[in-house]
Amino acid sequence: MVSLAELQAEFGPEIAESAFRDNRRIHVPAEKLYAVLAWLKESRGFDMLVDVTAVDYLEYPGATDRFHVIYLLLNMSSKERLIVKTALNPPELELRSVVPLWKGADWMEREVYDMFGVTFAGHPDLRRILMPEEFTAFPLRKDYPRKGLGERHNFPVITRAES
Amino acid sequence: MPLELAETSDPSAVDQEYLWTLNFGPQHPATHTTLRLVLTLDGENVLDATPHIGYLHSGFEKLGEHLDFNQYVTIVDRMNYISPMANEISWHHAIEKLLGIEVTPRCKYVRTILAELMRIHDHLLNVGAVALDLGAFTAFLYAFTQRERIYDIAEYASGQRFHSSYTRVGGVLFDVNNDWADKVRKFVEGFKPVHAELHRLLTRNRIFIDRTKGIGVLTAEDANNWSVTGPLARASGVVRDLRKDEPYLAYPDLDFKVVCARGGDCYSRYMVRMQEMQESLKIIEQAVENIPAGPINIDHLSDVTLPAKPAVYRSIEGLIQHFEVLMPNRGFPVPLEEVYGATESPNGELGFYIVGDGTTRAYRARTRPPSFIHFAIFPHLIRGHSLSDVVAVLGSLNIIAAELDR
Amino acid sequence: MAVGLPENVFLTRLDAAANWARKNSLWPMPFATACCGIELMATASSRHDIARFGAEVMRFSPRQCDLLIVAGRVVMKMLPVLQRIWLQMPEPKWCISMGACACTGGVFDTYAVVQGIDRFIPVDMYVPGCPPRPEQLIAAVIEMQEKIERTGTLNGREFVVRTKPTGPPPFDVDELRRRREAVPVEGLEIYDPPRVQ
Repeated sequence: MVSLAELQAEFGPEIAESAFRDNRRIHVPAEKLYAVLAWLKESRGFDMLVDVTAVDYLEYPGATDRFHVIYLLLNMSSKERLIVKTALNPPELELRSVVPLWKGADWMEREVYDMFGVTFAGHPDLRRILMPEEFTAFPLRKDYPRKGLGERHNFPVITRAES
Repeated sequence: MPLELAETSDPSAVDQEYLWTLNFGPQHPATHTTLRLVLTLDGENVLDATPHIGYLHSGFEKLGEHLDFNQYVTIVDRMNYISPMANEISWHHAIEKLLGIEVTPRCKYVRTILAELMRIHDHLLNVGAVALDLGAFTAFLYAFTQRERIYDIAEYASGQRFHSSYTRVGGVLFDVNNDWADKVRKFVEGFKPVHAELHRLLTRNRIFIDRTKGIGVLTAEDANNWSVTGPLARASGVVRDLRKDEPYLAYPDLDFKVVCARGGDCYSRYMVRMQEMQESLKIIEQAVENIPAGPINIDHLSDVTLPAKPAVYRSIEGLIQHFEVLMPNRGFPVPLEEVYGATESPNGELGFYIVGDGTTRAYRARTRPPSFIHFAIFPHLIRGHSLSDVVAVLGSLNIIAAELDR
Repeated sequence: MAVGLPENVFLTRLDAAANWARKNSLWPMPFATACCGIELMATASSRHDIARFGAEVMRFSPRQCDLLIVAGRVVMKMLPVLQRIWLQMPEPKWCISMGACACTGGVFDTYAVVQGIDRFIPVDMYVPGCPPRPEQLIAAVIEMQEKIERTGTLNGREFVVRTKPTGPPPFDVDELRRRREAVPVEGLEIYDPPRVQ
């Protein structure tokens, strides 16, 4: 178990903790995120990155930050899970990429970029992954409508006579 | 004056003009669904592969923010459509964790049986399709006949053969009966000889072994570093199974083994899948004999589950309850919290990160899709192999495009 | 008839002879994207066996096929591929739209999914269901055969008159309204705005 006291001794008092059911969450400021993740991997044995995702809190009741980027970690030997959260606000939507730590982060970070527009500095190949290259919106943001803005029907029509 | 070779800035680029670029997909028989690979070939050897995905991205997660917990089941079904019910069970596992619901013992057993049937369902298609891609058509037909039997069982329970939308928050749609249990028993009996037959067709088949042994090797360290889970990780010697490590449903009561292999190649993955089917049969056999009696849904007067139809038609409490659950502005209480819940789906760890905002719709319904994470390792596995191994590796990863792109 | 014919000679129209040949050897091109593709596989495999109706020769190259079966949802990134495959198929060719998603977008009314392929390519037969049962697909293939027999001509004259798209107009009123009313948000641009205004 990684205790909060250990983390605070290492990285300062602004690291907070919360828990719900069996999930333990650590809240880390964005500039210390990479250092915390590297420390968790190197000296606490969190050798698997289960998932990287983000949440847009635009319409969330009582939310203070626009985005949270969420890292789900797992220690393969002790089977301990840990969730690391960091808050981001526009216009500084940039984090350091964790691909040097876990190679599995490659596509997950690309998906976060594609869906939310959060960029990752130092990512080897940060392109859109699910949406077409020429798409410019970020569909999972709360201010993008579910049915889109007409992009889905922006194609030429083929009729019987011309095919 | 003798000619001199021009200096190139990158010495490795001298021979680049001999390399071929081959586009593979998105419409190709061996990709099964919509994947696209751009391969760089030196003769027949694959030097590099670049996967392009998103050819089936349909906005599942956006839809999850607009449908309530019970409605989204129909969408989750269509995620890994080889084993639809496994997704439903995983989704409601996460939702029930968020709401703090413990389902009834009967429901746990029924869901366990269905989850294991779906594991067989998924592995059968995978084994059959790998064999089909490598030129053995018969195994595919054998596998599909058994899949039809599982469809029948699902249809008997839920009324739909393919996307059954069977689970609900706090229970399932309809209770099962003894006839259903008999069908399951009959399937288990009928499946054993077919499983043996599949072994006889493939396991010691010379061509099959040549095409799969030593191909696409993944080591245990790489598996962890690339976040690989499920049969793929277990074939590389990672002992990790959520059914044992974080027991859910009825798995703590049942006796089964975690199947592992050391090889990490396509053949090991095939063997792990074959053995897992055997273990699943064991689980089903134990569970179907021990389905507890009692209600299948949690207390019908709770705020969460729909009451049974007779209660709706014959009592005012039932009618009010039905109305309360279905009214969009009433619904059940949801905490302002977020939770990650995962189950062991046939393909690996299928998890949902759900943010609740007090309404009956998820504020954010993130899926942790195993196929997406497994496809990322494909270039790593295929480098240095020949073009004909692409289909073998692709088949053994069991990539389902709808889960990959969501 | 005045002229006596030997017993093994049949008289018919050329069109009818061509239709008879075409309808009994449909070569489907399975454009299987999602769940319906699995049902398509189930239709072709042991229990349902589409070979009984002469349509089992699945070819994955569009140049060898004459029946396009679009099974599954088609999304923004995939639609150009589908159109290209349709154009690559030789005449005469027909198209079956299998499943709710291919017909209308089905449950996926989202930003990425095309709401019915008939907005962009011609469709001859719709199969409802999510996914349709194999029996339904077989019924559609049989109906397709009847349609070919009924309406087909040797040199494809029946296609020439169909100059209008078969589906609803690509941009519905709702979509255009959303587009007009969209409040510009910083960092949220729209790529290549719709052509119909």
